[in-house]
Amino acid sequence: MPLQVKRLLLVFAVFIGIMLGLKYFLTPDSWREYGPYRGNALKEIVNQVPKFVQMEDCAACHDSIAEIKSQGEHNPLQCEICHGPGYRHIDDETVKMEIPKGNAVCMRCHTKNAASPSGIIKQIDAVEHSEGEDCINCHNPHQPWL
Amino acid sequence: MDKIQSLYEALAKVEGFIYPNEIALNWDMLIVMYPYVTGLVAGAFILASLNRVFDIKALRPTYEISLLTALSFMLIATMPLISHLGQPMRFYEMLITPHLTSAMAIFGFVYLWYLMVVLLLEIWFDYRYDMVIWSREKTGIMRHVYRALTLWVSDTTPKSRKTDEKIGYFITVVGIPSAFLLHGYVGFIFGSIKANPWWSTVMMPVIFLFSAMVSGIALVMFIYMVVTWLRKQKIEMIVLDSIAKYLFYILIIDFSLESLDQVHRIYVADESFDILKILVHGKLFFSFFIMQIGIGTIIPLLTLGFLQFKKPNDKIRKAIYLILSICVLTGIFFMRWNVVIGGQLFSKSFYGFTSYKVSLIGSTDVLLSLVWFIVPFFILAFLLWLLPPWKKAPAPH
Repeated sequence: MPLQVKRLLLVFAVFIGIMLGLKYFLTPDSWREYGPYRGNALKEIVNQVPKFVQMEDCAACHDSIAEIKSQGEHNPLQCEICHGPGYRHIDDETVKMEIPKGNAVCMRCHTKNAASPSGIIKQIDAVEHSEGEDCINCHNPHQPWL
Repeated sequence: MDKIQSLYEALAKVEGFIYPNEIALNWDMLIVMYPYVTGLVAGAFILASLNRVFDIKALRPTYEISLLTALSFMLIATMPLISHLGQPMRFYEMLITPHLTSAMAIFGFVYLWYLMVVLLLEIWFDYRYDMVIWSREKTGIMRHVYRALTLWVSDTTPKSRKTDEKIGYFITVVGIPSAFLLHGYVGFIFGSIKANPWWSTVMMPVIFLFSAMVSGIALVMFIYMVVTWLRKQKIEMIVLDSIAKYLFYILIIDFSLESLDQVHRIYVADESFDILKILVHGKLFFSFFIMQIGIGTIIPLLTLGFLQFKKPNDKIRKAIYLILSICVLTGIFFMRWNVVIGGQLFSKSFYGFTSYKVSLIGSTDVLLSLVWFIVPFFILAFLLWLLPPWKKAPAPH
């Protein structure tokens, strides 16, 4: 075998050796435990604190509001859609939930949008409809009547 | 309320109905650079290989320039991807945890094969004899650098040169399908995303491959002219005319394939066709019709076609070739742009669009893309200084 080929093979062998060494030392422990990913990732995800609680958990304390809400058109919506995640508040009531001000939260769903399915969500042009007045001056967000 | 404010800002970019995860583009300009740079590598290499395998004498002065250009761009081919990662320091994990279940995870294999086994080896065998000679001629540190580059093999016998030649030829032959594999693979990444009708076509790897060849040939043409001009040497018109001839042929194939793809789309007109039509005539109008098809394809094609029959004097031809190479390089950049960015601008509901705005200030992806396009030219300048093709000894035969 020519000398230059021998040297090249030696260089390749060293390179492959380094790669195998790196692979041995750097591969995460739980790699391929279940598939081509870190098995521990699943455990880490499971151990994350859920940020959103459920409507039933809110209703355990705020039963009067839940009662009003259950009779209105917003019944299917989770409380946290408007009030933000409740995982801290549920453990410590001094941590306040978000109380949306202005019209922006309402307009997230109710802005006139030709591409939105019509007849399912009521859509308005905010300027034309209320001339800048807050929605909650006329509508109770927990039980909107129109 | 800040979140809602930012939601409103995000919605201002949107037209019609779009799913929330489609508002912001996940693949930005850095991902446009990746197939662009990889294409330049594959194209430049294929030009070098065709030159060697088919022994085209007129292209001989561009052989080493093509190889070194391919290497310069190959060395940074991964950088746009790494800079785009949210966790750039994790990039090595792809190399140490290889598996075959994801097309993207295959990149480590494809990249290493192409860089280590094809490009570096071919350049090494091509330059080994010269590096030995240079190591004897030079003094000081450069002597040791060249000796190290030869792996301390100082054999310059005709037999050893013949071995270099033989193995180099073999690597070139293996290199052609490897270059096809490299860029076909990049096309496959997009073509295999079946949820995206703008990408999902079996033609994608082939279109990517031919556009890569077009851009690589244009780049070598550009670099050959600039390097020869910087060296104050005479540009050999026979070389330029030959490169232009191959550019013309490959451009015809590339244009035909892309047209075939579009004609197929238009004729089949499946449910995604309406949104794609609005996309192409609206948000992509400038980058698709003007830049990719007009400046990048039709003008070079017509001009090169004309030059096949009638040749103006050398000075005019040189100017035309320089401008055309820049046109083609720009056109192929916009081809990548139209694929990568275009494919993310429309909603998979087929009812709406988002938008992507390029701003030079405050947008890291654009600046980084520019950096990763400029750095290879510096690498190339260094390689041309270290391994000057014009100082090589003539081939043994």
